[in-house]
Amino acid sequence: MTEGKDGKKYTTISIPTPLAEKIKKRIEGTGFTSLSSYVTYVLREVISGMEEESEEAFSKEDEEKVKERLRALGYLD
Amino acid sequence: MPKPHGGKLINRSIKKELSETADLPKLGININLSEDIINISNGVFSPLEGFLHNNDLENVLNEKRLTDDTPWTIPVLLDFNKQDINEVKEGDTILLTNKENGVLALLDIDEIFTYDKKTLAQTVYGTQDTTHPGVANVYNMKQLLLGGKITLLDSRTRKFDEYNLSPKETRILFKEKGWKEIVAFQTRNPPHIGHEYVQKTALTFVDGILINPIIGKKKSGDFRDEVILSSYETLIKHYYLKERAVMSILRTSMKYAGPREAIHHAIMRKNFGCTHFIVGRDHAGVGNYYGPYDAHDIFSEFPDLGIIPVFFRSFSRCTKCGSVVNDKICPHDQKYHINFSGKKIRELLQNGEIPSEDMMRKEVAETILKFDKPFVE
Ligand SMILES: [Zn+2]
Repeated sequence: MTEGKDGKKYTTISIPTPLAEKIKKRIEGTGFTSLSSYVTYVLREVISGMEEESEEAFSKEDEEKVKERLRALGYLD
Repeated sequence: MPKPHGGKLINRSIKKELSETADLPKLGININLSEDIINISNGVFSPLEGFLHNNDLENVLNEKRLTDDTPWTIPVLLDFNKQDINEVKEGDTILLTNKENGVLALLDIDEIFTYDKKTLAQTVYGTQDTTHPGVANVYNMKQLLLGGKITLLDSRTRKFDEYNLSPKETRILFKEKGWKEIVAFQTRNPPHIGHEYVQKTALTFVDGILINPIIGKKKSGDFRDEVILSSYETLIKHYYLKERAVMSILRTSMKYAGPREAIHHAIMRKNFGCTHFIVGRDHAGVGNYYGPYDAHDIFSEFPDLGIIPVFFRSFSRCTKCGSVVNDKICPHDQKYHINFSGKKIRELLQNGEIPSEDMMRKEVAETILKFDKPFVE
């Protein structure tokens, strides 16, 4: 949600100052231009990594219909 | 298999009695927009359910993301002129029609808005130069944009439908084949040895490959769609394990937006169920608008893309190594290298000559030359 209820695109998060200082040092000379862009990157990475694998819920009937077409076209034996 | 982009596979088509739509205002749309509608309706463009709203457009331009933070780099827009349609307002439902594709779709208009062509061109293509084909298309767009969800009611069966699989179909296919990791290869040309080498190098580390040619509008001198498909069928038949390679087509227009389009191409393949996507040199580029590896670098902005890019630099044949190499694996001087020049291969084929087997498989070249006119005129 980039757009909060108040219409703002960004929100402020507090992290310990020593941690912030460490990160600032760490990102010197990298492609990250700010502490915020680094934290955003890391959080996006973490959150997407938590996404589970797909267990696509196609109905049995649906799936059979698809398999029939795949067989007719030679994609499945 | 990865989840579809944004979490769920979009399906926005229903069977409806067409008589029910007879009273709706109609808007005729071009072939590219009708392809967009089909791609939205069957989930190739998941999570999009329709054409972008203004705030999503702005976010895509400024942040390369939809307003819910999902990565998205290419605006999917519906443009129109006021005079194209009788008075419509936000909240109305209209019927979108295209004769070529027989597309009939409903659009629930959420928003009618203006946009700035210069900003759109500059941001998506990195240039306002109208000799860039994508920029030229932007400048040819109509005055206003319509944002809202679409529902596909009908579309005609089309040429090459037997090669056309929806994301739902590829996902079920991969599952049936027992593939967990799938690499996608996008192409607009018949395969030469360099392509085959890239594909097989990637395939070595995964379960299967989806060879996914983009079919559609071509420029003069390009290989015709049927030539690309037949040549790949030949290659797969002679040089791939049947249980490891699948070919199906993707109908969408090329934007030549380089790096931004590389992300878009990866997202579509994620929706097909692929875990990896091959990105070559100057992917989706045109002329000299982008650096050769800009389309690699942009992936570092998306740790949450959900599909792994597999980067390749160019391959060539090294006469000293006696094999196909790239700059990471061969120490020899350039003078030992023969490049796989698509241009050179094309010239030979245009003269009815078979390129050397160092360049292209004989069976593939013969397949191409069986066509009276392999090239778009
Ligand atoms: Zn060598």
